[in-house]
Amino acid sequence: MNKTIKALGLALMLTTAAGGMALAQPTEVRIGVALEPPALDPTAGAAEAIDIVVYQNIFEGLTRVDQNGAVQPGLAESWTISEDNLTYTFKLHDGVTFHDGTAFDAEDVKFTFDRILAEDSVSAHKEFYEPIESVTVIDPLTVEIKLSRVVGNFLFDLGRGDAVIVAPESAGNNANVPIGTGPFAFLQWDKGSRVMLEAYGPYWGEPVSLSKASYVFIGDTATMINALLAGDIDGTNNFGQEALEVFEANPQFQVLVGTTEGETILSTNNTKPPFDNLKVRQAMAHALDRQAIIDGATYGYGVPIGSHFAPHNPYYVDLTGTYPHDVEAAKALLAEAGFPDGFSATLKMPPLAYARLSGQIIASQFAAVGIRLELINVEWAQWLEDVYANKDYDLTIVSHVEPFDIGNYANPDYYFGYDNPEFQALIETLNGTTDDAQRKELAVEAQTILANDAVNGYLFELPQTGVWNAKLTGMWQNSPIEGLVLRDIKWTE
Amino acid sequence: MILFALRRFLGFAVTLLVAALVIFWLLDLLPGDPAQFILGINATPDAVARLRAQMGLDAPAHERFLGWIWGMLQGDFGMSYTQRAPVAELIWGRLGVTLPLSIMAMVISVVVGLPLGILAARRRGKPLDTMVMVLAQTGIAIPNFWFGMLLTLLFAVTLRWLPPGGFTPWDEDSGAALRGLILPSLALALPQASILARVMRTALVDVTSQDYIRTARAKGLTMGEAVWRHGVRNALLPVLTILGLQFAYLVAGTIIVENVFYLPGLGRLIFTAISERDLILVRGATIILIVTVTATMLVTDLTYALVDPRLRERSAP
Repeated sequence: MNKTIKALGLALMLTTAAGGMALAQPTEVRIGVALEPPALDPTAGAAEAIDIVVYQNIFEGLTRVDQNGAVQPGLAESWTISEDNLTYTFKLHDGVTFHDGTAFDAEDVKFTFDRILAEDSVSAHKEFYEPIESVTVIDPLTVEIKLSRVVGNFLFDLGRGDAVIVAPESAGNNANVPIGTGPFAFLQWDKGSRVMLEAYGPYWGEPVSLSKASYVFIGDTATMINALLAGDIDGTNNFGQEALEVFEANPQFQVLVGTTEGETILSTNNTKPPFDNLKVRQAMAHALDRQAIIDGATYGYGVPIGSHFAPHNPYYVDLTGTYPHDVEAAKALLAEAGFPDGFSATLKMPPLAYARLSGQIIASQFAAVGIRLELINVEWAQWLEDVYANKDYDLTIVSHVEPFDIGNYANPDYYFGYDNPEFQALIETLNGTTDDAQRKELAVEAQTILANDAVNGYLFELPQTGVWNAKLTGMWQNSPIEGLVLRDIKWTE
Repeated sequence: MILFALRRFLGFAVTLLVAALVIFWLLDLLPGDPAQFILGINATPDAVARLRAQMGLDAPAHERFLGWIWGMLQGDFGMSYTQRAPVAELIWGRLGVTLPLSIMAMVISVVVGLPLGILAARRRGKPLDTMVMVLAQTGIAIPNFWFGMLLTLLFAVTLRWLPPGGFTPWDEDSGAALRGLILPSLALALPQASILARVMRTALVDVTSQDYIRTARAKGLTMGEAVWRHGVRNALLPVLTILGLQFAYLVAGTIIVENVFYLPGLGRLIFTAISERDLILVRGATIILIVTVTATMLVTDLTYALVDPRLRERSAP
């Protein structure tokens, strides 16, 4: 087996070396990613880098989210929901095994959720699953989940990386040796260098076309360019937009531009004067010129947003016109608010290219209306502590990459400090509603409230810009959930 | 000589202890929390507090310091916060890249730099001298990450002789591992070789005008013989000093080159660990670096004494 893999690798090397001479069809893919995950357990950490490697590849949940953001059956082949929307009964797939050979059954499902809900749980998103009252094993292939209140988005939440099913035998070691039920099994992790996965033969679902996949960790964009050009990697799902041009004209590569769940916003400390004043926030919204920010920070690839919602979502409503770019209106509002000469504030920028670039442009746009920004660069860990945990900031720029995270605005302790009982009630109703048409109506209302209140500066949706070998197909163009799903990727002629 | 060695050794131990204290204290002041980093942007304060407690981060600083030192004395560097693996194992894995890389760069810089320096000194004022010095000046001026990229463009992207980066573990294919280190060690060696060439040239030029060279000449040696037998050995003293410092620089300063060639080395490990606030890993790795660097200094000092008997005698009571 090992020899075949080596031979395949050699063949692949020869192929690339000879500039694509027709040898055997390759079945291995090597993907460049900027960040190495600290560990590989998606149930014990929030880092997107973890999901990029493991989500739907190594681990699977009861449901899964497809590339359009819709919920599909996962380990549960079907389910029924009670009249009162409080009891979910899942019928599990038969013949599913974990990569260590142990069988998957209803006990594993119970174990997974008991672990998330345990007193000492280190799940990054326990709150999504807190409404679960009990998980009952009916028989080995049937499991019943009872909720204490209606959760409109429950099936989606079950498809998140946080809720993938793990086994009691292996859960403790998943950080370094992840064992799941997915189409790819963990093979090897050369720390600092790459993670390798191989196709899992006894996979219960449709067999995958790739025999092997490696994730190679390359932090620097210029280095990534060289690695792509030299054929050392076959693609990457998120390439620095400043250098996309290199590949757009090259027939050996394809560039996939799509959307993500990353609402990039100018987060505003709503509890701190003068930002507690609606007029000031409206003035700031008028001062923003989104297109200039998008052109400067994402090289034109971002999509403007007017509220906290992803444009590819069916519930999305375009609110970018709520406070159009208007310097005079901004000045007038500032004067009304008692700041005819503007004011000074700080803008803390985490070390992400889009944040640093947007910050500089926003500083000049704000200067035009009299708001003087002091730009402060902070590291990510420092940002998490100062801005996120201690709320010690005026303004900051960050992309909120979790799907359906509009609910954060209903938490007055969240770092925005936005406390609006009307909005909180609305989100509660939305969370408790399962009817799709009603949910859409409520979601639109929620987006509109945030836009009108100008809670934060809504800038753009972070684009996904992938660069791949032209002969590869099956990559997700959009990213409705964090991950890089290998299932459908294959080589074509 | 023994006393000299003993005194140097004591200095070595004290340096280590002070360094450990400083590292611990400085990193404790750093804003940021590994638990918050792991749980990310939507985590509740409760979850963060639970994780902190599980990692033992809620204990007072002096307790954690003593626990850390005590562990290290027993060879236990602790568990990485974010990677959930033993620190010693993580560092050991990375040394397999960084040490060979530094040694290769060191060898290249000596093999290239010293002869060039000697050549330039022997042809002092001639066109060859000027050429070598201009080259050396350029070598010092070029940032090594940029030189590394140029090397990749030529040898990996255009000629495809060598990989553009990455690393195959030694036990998997040692030939491939070695090939992966060629370009990075060249990039790393260039400025070092340039500095060595300059220092060697200056030292040799100084030595050539010394009385003992004249005496040697008077005894009938040719200039070449006199320089080779008496000059080079004396000129090596300042060169050794620089070499000692350079090795320290090479081991600690591979971060950038490791990033350009995406090598899984110690520099990159420390870099990521700092940004993730994996402080226990940063501390362990820094201590290893300090041990390496101070040990190199110790060896340099002892070599000094071997090369130059005056140093031994002077330090004897």
